[in-house]
Amino acid sequence: MSALLFLLPIVLAVAAFVAGRAVAHRRFDGVRPHSRPSQHAALAAIWVAVPALVVVLAAALFGGQVERGLLEADQPAAVVALDDIRRDAFYADVHRVAGGETPLQTWEAPLSADLQSQAVRAGQLDSIRLVGALAAALLAAAIGGLFAFSRIRPDLRARNRVEGWVVGVLLACAAVAVLTTVGIVASLLIDATRFFERVPVQEFLLGTQWSPQTAIRADQVGSTGAFGALPLFAGTFLIMLIAMAVAAPVGLMSAIYLSEYAGPTTRAIVKPVLEILAGVPTVVYGFFAALTVGPAFRAFFNGIGAQLIGGPLDGLGQYLMLVQNQMALVAGGVMGIMLIPFVSSLSDDIINAVPQSLRDGSYAMGATKSETVGRVLMPAALPGVAGALLLAVSRAVGETMIVTMAAGLAARLTLNPLDTVTTVTVQIVTLLTGDQEFDSAKTLSAFGLGLTLFLATLVLNIVAQRIVQTYRQQYD
Amino acid sequence: MKFNIFRSHDDRGSGDPTQTPRMGGHVLPAARSDGPDGPTADAVEPTDATAGPALQPRPAEPLGPIKIRARDVSVHYGDKQALHDVSVDIPDKTVTAFIGPSGCGKSTFLRCLNRMNDTIPSARVTGRIEMDGQDVNSKSVDPVLLRAQVGMVFQKPNPFPKSIYENVAYGPRIHGLTTSKADLDGVVEKSLRRAGLWDEVADRLHSPGTGLSGGQQQRLVIARAIAVEPEVILMDEPCSALDPIATAKIEELIDELREQYCIVIVTHSMAQAARVSQRTAFFHMGRLVETGNTEEIFTNPRERRTLDYITGRFG
Repeated sequence: MSALLFLLPIVLAVAAFVAGRAVAHRRFDGVRPHSRPSQHAALAAIWVAVPALVVVLAAALFGGQVERGLLEADQPAAVVALDDIRRDAFYADVHRVAGGETPLQTWEAPLSADLQSQAVRAGQLDSIRLVGALAAALLAAAIGGLFAFSRIRPDLRARNRVEGWVVGVLLACAAVAVLTTVGIVASLLIDATRFFERVPVQEFLLGTQWSPQTAIRADQVGSTGAFGALPLFAGTFLIMLIAMAVAAPVGLMSAIYLSEYAGPTTRAIVKPVLEILAGVPTVVYGFFAALTVGPAFRAFFNGIGAQLIGGPLDGLGQYLMLVQNQMALVAGGVMGIMLIPFVSSLSDDIINAVPQSLRDGSYAMGATKSETVGRVLMPAALPGVAGALLLAVSRAVGETMIVTMAAGLAARLTLNPLDTVTTVTVQIVTLLTGDQEFDSAKTLSAFGLGLTLFLATLVLNIVAQRIVQTYRQQYD
Repeated sequence: MKFNIFRSHDDRGSGDPTQTPRMGGHVLPAARSDGPDGPTADAVEPTDATAGPALQPRPAEPLGPIKIRARDVSVHYGDKQALHDVSVDIPDKTVTAFIGPSGCGKSTFLRCLNRMNDTIPSARVTGRIEMDGQDVNSKSVDPVLLRAQVGMVFQKPNPFPKSIYENVAYGPRIHGLTTSKADLDGVVEKSLRRAGLWDEVADRLHSPGTGLSGGQQQRLVIARAIAVEPEVILMDEPCSALDPIATAKIEELIDELREQYCIVIVTHSMAQAARVSQRTAFFHMGRLVETGNTEEIFTNPRERRTLDYITGRFG
């Protein structure tokens, strides 16, 4: 019922608009107004809707607290005797009973009787609250409307005021995104600081041992906690490297094909297919990696290992026999496939932005298509392509789902693509999923990792955007 | 360093079967058996008319043999016909100017001569264009080799985003014209000298070509074109983006290059056509209206439309 209250400002605004236009038309008869009647009407609608909306919002946000305050002001002694948590539960059940539902707990006498009496009062207060909110909103709208309608005169600069309101609303929406980012960074910084109070920064950045299990009980052994994140950075770097080794050449070459070689028909088919690839959720890539690619790669390497065992390369054979489903190569390779459409669509835009005159100049010299691409287009597009690749790197570094499912959990300092490695994002996921206490170094280390990751991708993005931007200006 | 695409004109008509011209490594189907036709009547027609008072066309000079012969060339872009049955002879060692109002088809025709229209998917060219007697649109002609033989300079200077040296070395490199670094250095210097740019850039050959002024860029592009020793140079409004001083330099250069090349220039400026060209062709509405010696076109045109255009009554 109270949700319907939010319709009230809209209804009032429409009514005010219609009425405002009529009033404006009547008052402007024979004079030339500064603003058109519909602009005056829009201003009147704003003056009616905004006060009403503010009242409705205030009622929704604070109504519950006021009601609780009124209920508690006159509550039975048994309720007063309850501790805070029990009293909250009691009042939650009061609201359930008032709303016609059964209580969640059984309350013993005298609380059961108190529950019923308070529920009756709560029901009354609810209806009073609703009617009161409605009345207050109407009153606010009426005051705003009176003010607005009295000002509908030919010389009122209604157009400029409406524009001002539009700017305000747009600015508020933009501010939501910016403020959210600021909030995220602030929370990250605060929790990361708490982590770095327990673990020194240099130990975190340069330590080679990652074992975040800390002792919960005093007598627990073997869980002292080591927070050297270097193996995680190495794993992230290795997987990023493999992913880029797949995505950069394939993406770039498909972009060259699409922009320079493909006919309109091919382009019309291949481009949307690539975009579909870009739309596949990463979790789908994740289980593709974990369930299809991983076992296939393991079978392949185990097969090679079986051939080598007993031969001159026995050691290598033994190693290959031990290769697991989870390896950097699988996670990196699938992530590379995920990044192909990203790289190719960015590079495609960049190659298309190279002026046609350069192509003409090269063709007119008797250069072939591939000579033109290799010697003129690529050098011209290189800065932009570099920017696109950096953006892809920053996505690879921040990618979570594929590595969680296909890279493994063992924090190992290695550059061997057949090893199980783990990444920063995987560790954040494992540290923060499930029931966690938020004051141990173990959980707080997730924020340290998050901050490091955030800073790394931020720098990458800034550099990449700068490169792409200067490149765009070059040919505008 | 010449490509073996077309016979050069000195050995034409020798009748020696071993002289059969080759194009892109293939023996050409139809070498003209009757030898080149002599220049058409109006090409050799001696002009005794004196220079007009307003424009000062250069006095008629002996024209070279016919280098390019176009017959009934039409171009369609999709459904739209941009060029209607153009037939024209273009002599060697001569500057031929194409004039006419915007959209009259002069650039389109120019782009037919080195098959640049091939790069536009919707363009369709019909008719016959012969260069030294060989049909350039023939299946056996490789447009890549044709374009090495027919250089082109565009309206807007388009140096590649490379150094000055690399810009000029581009053609020799892709066509493998030089064998050593010293050889390539020589070609680059010679081309830049011929384009009149050497003295200005000799000390900064390895700075970017895009850093030069507009006029210098255009001369760099000309040096790039002549570095592959073409026989024909096509210029599509080469001075329209330049200031008067840079224009004067380019025009001077065109006049010097005339000694060695067959030059075709598209221009909007009738004064420029009068200054640099010996032959002029006037295009209007996708048709070739009139062609003749520049002096004649500017002093005594045969067609009413030509007179109206050169006297500024339209266009």
